[in-house]
Amino acid sequence: MKSNLLMNFSVDKENSRVNVEREFAAPVGKVWAAWTQSELLDQWWAPRPWKARTKSMDFREGGSWLYAMVGPEGEEHWAKADYKTINPQKSFSAIDAFCDENGTINQDFARSTWTNTFTEADGTTTVSVVIQYDKYEDIEQIMQMGFKEGFTMALGNLDELLEK
Amino acid sequence: MKGDIFQAIADPTRRAILVLIAAQSMTPNALAEHFDTTRQAVSKHIKVLADCELLTQNKVGREIHYYFNPVKMKEFDHWLTQFKKHWEDRFNQLDQLLINLNSDSNEK
Repeated sequence: MKSNLLMNFSVDKENSRVNVEREFAAPVGKVWAAWTQSELLDQWWAPRPWKARTKSMDFREGGSWLYAMVGPEGEEHWAKADYKTINPQKSFSAIDAFCDENGTINQDFARSTWTNTFTEADGTTTVSVVIQYDKYEDIEQIMQMGFKEGFTMALGNLDELLEK
Repeated sequence: MKGDIFQAIADPTRRAILVLIAAQSMTPNALAEHFDTTRQAVSKHIKVLADCELLTQNKVGREIHYYFNPVKMKEFDHWLTQFKKHWEDRFNQLDQLLINLNSDSNEK
């Protein structure tokens, strides 16, 4: 296994876009499965100590994934992804949203379109995630929400960072 | 936030202004001396930085002094760090999952 897996992260202000790129030491079939099957997503999508818990998953164009991010105190943040396009083992796109447990979208928050592209070379799979917002202000809104609510998670990690 | 903090710090001159002002509060004239551009150009940069609250101003007699506002920068920094960390943690977990998947079965 390669020990230095590439990760790129950038905010493209001009295009109201966040780009994340990461290599994984596995063939595309497995990486694709991990991104598209709820029982696998539940195992990694939420950074510890949060856990993702799927309520329903319908991975097809027009289908959606409804899940909760569950915190250490049992607190729940519901979110969903509406799948738009799917090219098996190559790419898929989805529109995300914050919602309630019934999937009713919270209109207070901007939605963004995720396009995830998978490419394999020599047993390493690169996943490129482009998170497209309608306008730059949406990123700012998410950012400001982050200050107030800890961007849904990873607060413990942040606290550690701040202590340094 | 009135201004756009990403845009504000994307510009190298504005980053240089932040570095100077972080070290010491300055008047626009004193700042302008550090750059090869016109006083007007520096004023414009200052306005962009002030609009997103990276700079605060204080009148001392007839002069305006600009101060660095670390709180704003910290908020921004925290968010980016947090956002990035969020993805890193998530991906580290995926690495582990993939290792498990690989050892479970070696087909595909």
